[in-house]
Amino acid sequence: MHISTLFLFQSVLHSASTQASEINKLFGQFTIAAVLLLLFVSLLIVYICIRFRDRPGSPLPEQIGKNNRLELLMFIFPVVTIAVLLVATLRTINRVMKPAEGQPDMIVTGHQWWWEVYYPATGVTAANEFHLPIHKNLLIEFHSADVVHDWWVPEFGNKMDVVPGRNNYIWLNITQPGNFIGACSEFCGAEHAWMRIKVFAEDETTFNRWQEANKKTANLPSDELSMKGMLMFQSRSCGTCHRISGTPSTASVGPDLSHLFSRSTMLSGMMPMNEKNLQAWISDPQNVKPDAKMPDFIFSRDTVNAIVHYLTQLK
Amino acid sequence: MDEIMPSSFAGATPVRVLNRDQKLLQWISSVDHKQIGTMYLLLSILFLVIGGGEALLMRTQLAIPNNHFLSPEAYNQIFTMHGTTMVFLVAMPAIFGFGNYMVPLMIGANDMAFPRLNAFSFWMTLFGGGLLYFSFLAGGAPDAGWFNYAPLNEYNYSSRPGVDYFAIGLLIAGIGSVGGAINFIVTILYYRAKGMKLNQVPLFVWMIFVDSFLILAAFPCLNAALAMIEMDRQFHAHFFNSASGGSALLWQHLFWLFGHPEVYVAMLPSFGIFSEVFQTFSRKPIFSYAIIASSSVAIALLSFGVWVHHMFAVGLGNTVNGFFGAASMLIAIPTGIKVFSWMATMYGGSIRFSIPMMFAIAFLIQFTFGGLTGVLFAIVPIDWQLTDTYFVVAHFHYMFVGGAVFGLFAGLFYWFPKITGKMLDQKLGTWFFWLFTIGFNTTFLIQHVLGLIGMPRRVWTYPDLPGYGVMNFISTLGAFMMGTAALILIVAILKSLRSGVVAGKDPWDGVTLEWYCDPQPGRKNFDKIPLVRSRRPFWDLKHPENPDWKNARS
Repeated sequence: MHISTLFLFQSVLHSASTQASEINKLFGQFTIAAVLLLLFVSLLIVYICIRFRDRPGSPLPEQIGKNNRLELLMFIFPVVTIAVLLVATLRTINRVMKPAEGQPDMIVTGHQWWWEVYYPATGVTAANEFHLPIHKNLLIEFHSADVVHDWWVPEFGNKMDVVPGRNNYIWLNITQPGNFIGACSEFCGAEHAWMRIKVFAEDETTFNRWQEANKKTANLPSDELSMKGMLMFQSRSCGTCHRISGTPSTASVGPDLSHLFSRSTMLSGMMPMNEKNLQAWISDPQNVKPDAKMPDFIFSRDTVNAIVHYLTQLK
Repeated sequence: MDEIMPSSFAGATPVRVLNRDQKLLQWISSVDHKQIGTMYLLLSILFLVIGGGEALLMRTQLAIPNNHFLSPEAYNQIFTMHGTTMVFLVAMPAIFGFGNYMVPLMIGANDMAFPRLNAFSFWMTLFGGGLLYFSFLAGGAPDAGWFNYAPLNEYNYSSRPGVDYFAIGLLIAGIGSVGGAINFIVTILYYRAKGMKLNQVPLFVWMIFVDSFLILAAFPCLNAALAMIEMDRQFHAHFFNSASGGSALLWQHLFWLFGHPEVYVAMLPSFGIFSEVFQTFSRKPIFSYAIIASSSVAIALLSFGVWVHHMFAVGLGNTVNGFFGAASMLIAIPTGIKVFSWMATMYGGSIRFSIPMMFAIAFLIQFTFGGLTGVLFAIVPIDWQLTDTYFVVAHFHYMFVGGAVFGLFAGLFYWFPKITGKMLDQKLGTWFFWLFTIGFNTTFLIQHVLGLIGMPRRVWTYPDLPGYGVMNFISTLGAFMMGTAALILIVAILKSLRSGVVAGKDPWDGVTLEWYCDPQPGRKNFDKIPLVRSRRPFWDLKHPENPDWKNARS
């Protein structure tokens, strides 16, 4: 059941990058050897248990506690196995993690509990959802704004810790278009579970289109309610933490909201992005995602509606 | 012909039977190794119930996706306390309990070398654990994981006092561990029976001996780290704060430089118990005593050179990762050899499937499996995939539970008659064995798959992705089977104490000296002791026609 399950579901054994293929080749070889060894040991134990069980009237067994030849064999067998394994390991390490060179294509910053995404070439900033082009050698760099996080998408292969004070990186060459999900994989505090990753692997044109759309300054309010929403946003201190391009709000403590409603999920993959969820979140954030850094504002219902209406226009 | 001679006399206490009238006071003031050993074991069982209860709370929370049975704060406290409890307050006291009770008996001594230090060590462990648990009443238990990574453990990110209780509680319990280790080393070096050479001590004693050196070398790293984090938190030092020149990774280095040897601290005594069990129930000498003993020394030395395999994903570079990957693989050699040695001990024997032996056989298969998944974590690129997922949770539970805890259970069933004078109920014991073994494999086998399909560890809940719900539910079912099994064990212990079969002096046809002394020795263990001439002195006594010291092949 397990093997078929693994192919149906998202899993590490399904490679969607050249790095993952390298790792999975090694994984496959090791698994075959390990299964054979486990079978050998298990069957031998079963055989010994049946053949040498104590029967009524069994004589005392011969009192033998050593056998030099067997002992030597017991030593040589694991040594040879380990030597082969080591060579394969060192080769794969160097294929997957090449030295970093040039400007990173994407800089990911881990925050408690959301991801900041920045594309140095275009200056595009986003959050929690990652758009990446396929068939390109991508250098991704990781920064931390607070504690240790970890960036991992199972189909892409290696994970990488996001450590404060260090600029870690990975190389990634995605081989298949599609949506991939991952998660923060280093315990980072209360809401570690809701620090999920969603990657949109796209062909070059789709990716460029997305970049263009996100390079534009944020939409201006188009009706009266959203106008009120924008005023509320600016006057009720939302801008102390959030940025919306083209407005006085430029902070980067919380996620960039310039194109908020173009994302498919909110709160780092916790729930789908829609008006209802935004309303619930802004009315009572500590109830929706306890311990998140967004404080409880005591907004009136009208204010919440106006702000949400404004945010839904930021596509 | 056997020479029986007066036993050497460790400690100057006059000979008398344990005074059983003073009840609690007698236990609290005791410096007797058997009473202290018993108290360690009871402490371990108490915390096993608490830590197991925490595990069941976690599994209840994780039984279904998007569950709100526990809040994230509660879950994080509980998983932190579960890990900390199981390592420091269940495994360590159980090891010290069996060590305390059995080492003097097995080497023919009358007590530990330093009885008062022994009592002090026990009470430090108890008070350390008590302080750790007091945190629940004092503003919240530690919630940064048992690994307690920086800078999450810093005041900025964990302002509640939990981490302080963690640091001080473990420091105090650690004093107990170090004191106990010194005591074991001196006892084993200086209080062996006449004639017993260091390469003739039973393998359990040898493992405790190696274990004690591991503790002596590993705990200072933890203690240093704990002192440093307390300075950071209380006096605004900057050891682990990268913004002011410290290093977050320094914590990980110090912690795992302790943490990986600690894994072997927990494992080695169980290797020792299994070695005793395999030879007793196969009715043959252990195969290749020298290899099992020396490979344990190799494991102990190597264990200080492998800590970075907990950190392959922190970005240390290919050279460092390659080096520590190679070192970690080397550990497979001395452990693999042991598995073969135990199999060779059974081969050609006359195997009695008593409950300790059933645990030992289940252990062999589970340990081989857990060892193979362990090699995956030495293969650096695969570690990059699997570390910090449920796969690693499954792997280390196969080692800690399927390996170490199975060993402790084997030891409990094996030595229960020695400690209490009664056999541990065979029928309930069989139920316990099967329910626990099936429950354990149900819980953790499926977690390998959860890791492979991308579920990270230490999450308080998870989204309803394909497969997640059903597999987690199966895992939770298994956990409750283990919980039920634990209840059966407690019933079995209570029942056996009250109305168990009287064991007599030597219920298993043992070969080592603990079965030679009285069923329940008094203050002094041995009045007389045979001259030890081989690794199986009691066998020699029982089989004067074929003693080991005349048998070149034993």
